[in-house]
Amino acid sequence: MIGHEPSLPDDWELVVGLEVHVELATKTKLFCGCANQFSSEPNTNVCPTCLGLPGSLPVLNGQAVAFAMTLGRALGCEVRPSVMARKNYFYPDMAKDFQTTQYDQPTNVDGELRLADGSVVGIERAHIEEDAGKTSHVGGGGRIGDANYSLVDYNRAGVPLVEIVSRPEIRSVEQARAYVSELRNILLAIGVSDARMEEGSLRVDANVSVRPTGSQELRTRCEIKNINSIRSMGRAIEYEAKRHVDLYASGESPHQETRHWDEDGGRTTPGRSKEDAEDYRYFQEPDLVPLVPTAEEVAAIDEQLPMLPAQRRHRLTQLAPNSADAATIVVERGQDDLVVAAVAAGADAERLLTRVQNDLAVDDWTKVDAEGLAALIGMETAGELTATQTKQVLAELVNHGGDPRTIAEALGFEAMSDDALAGLVDGLIADHPDEWNRFVAGDEGERRKMQGFFTGQIMKATQGQADGRAVADLLNGRAG
Amino acid sequence: MAHLARLALTEAEIDAFTGQLGDILDHAADIEALNVDGIEATSHPLPRTNVFREDTLRPSLDRDEVLSQAPAAEAGQFRVPPVLGESQ
Repeated sequence: MIGHEPSLPDDWELVVGLEVHVELATKTKLFCGCANQFSSEPNTNVCPTCLGLPGSLPVLNGQAVAFAMTLGRALGCEVRPSVMARKNYFYPDMAKDFQTTQYDQPTNVDGELRLADGSVVGIERAHIEEDAGKTSHVGGGGRIGDANYSLVDYNRAGVPLVEIVSRPEIRSVEQARAYVSELRNILLAIGVSDARMEEGSLRVDANVSVRPTGSQELRTRCEIKNINSIRSMGRAIEYEAKRHVDLYASGESPHQETRHWDEDGGRTTPGRSKEDAEDYRYFQEPDLVPLVPTAEEVAAIDEQLPMLPAQRRHRLTQLAPNSADAATIVVERGQDDLVVAAVAAGADAERLLTRVQNDLAVDDWTKVDAEGLAALIGMETAGELTATQTKQVLAELVNHGGDPRTIAEALGFEAMSDDALAGLVDGLIADHPDEWNRFVAGDEGERRKMQGFFTGQIMKATQGQADGRAVADLLNGRAG
Repeated sequence: MAHLARLALTEAEIDAFTGQLGDILDHAADIEALNVDGIEATSHPLPRTNVFREDTLRPSLDRDEVLSQAPAAEAGQFRVPPVLGESQ
């Protein structure tokens, strides 16, 4: 991952578990037929059920359950018989004063997420629940503590969610980022959510604690909320871990509590003390019957699962074992089918992956087909095109499509024969005896400098059409 | 318990409900005394599972009508007293 993170002192280790809430891409809410839609006018997608009016009854959305089980299987979870429960709490974001969720019998348990770096993070559970409404605080500068009053929009109340709870097995900010990014890739691949952090359809809370390096204990954790981007998540975890280390260093300990990430201030601030499960008075929802998936249903889900990112990366690294990083990027961009087809059409896999990673970073590559790409990589591999020329032809393929050989000819890229290039190099050596001497007899820095000089001259003479690597080979060959 | 449920009760009501709750707890104690060996636990009185509805839209309520039931409204939203703590 990019960027340098200030890290913890060596004798402290980070312990993070993530709770990710994902809004499911159903047409309607979890328990009623109101639209599940982001950015509607406030309180226009509401009915007696999601407003918690007396006498209303919930009926479970079958599609939401199917999506939740699909996600469970994609995370390698066991899909089990489950029941819905009421989590009682007093806050105006739920008009009925409880959230319908799953408690001791969730639908999905014991999965894992395989990250691009090869590490594995355990998934404790992925349960179904409903989202709450949205409150905004008016007056007092919008801060919760000194608001004059609050406004409530119940459009989001009852929107289906899956909450994915990881085990506290994340050991670095980079790994936390990779976890969210991989989860997002999976959600998009199986199509159960649009997973947009900026619209709140994917939300992350981080449980953060620290412990002496090498110890296996789990110390007091704080749950960080109000994380709005992957970047904020990294900053929040980093800040919170440091806060814990500082507290321990001064002989104190953190309290278990919920804390808010303050993006502008770059710090976490205390929220309420974390309630115990007893305070929520969980009990089974009497208005909903148990979910009992059959083995056939689970088998049918497995059959319909598309190839997941981890498998897709594996498919590429089987073809090109030295291009693991390129494989990750190519899979993230969804270009892996193209690459696999181009390899099948004869392209050298390693060279192809490098080209695609570096030179196909575009939004629309639909004009590039596997045969054309394979032919282009073939020309580069055979030395008929230099790296620079290959990039130019590829750019042309992206914009207009076509046959790479025809494009290369139209651009005037004629293959320079090895003999012609050797002749040029020899002529240049004869014309610049001093520089040549410095190349042959100089130290490593001098040698590199002179190689740059000769390569530059050759490029000038050939208008950039010579292959830099071939020039270097010739120079080294002549130097003996 | 009245505090947990945010109910404002009078002393007389508290006395009455305390008696009723005591009866309910006694009844639970009677049930606890029953021998349930060999009887499988159920999570629901109905012998049904997997009751679903189709994911199809149904009309929502008219917003003006909804908000007319609320003690206070503003800008198409329910207006409530300032809240401490935070949402789920």
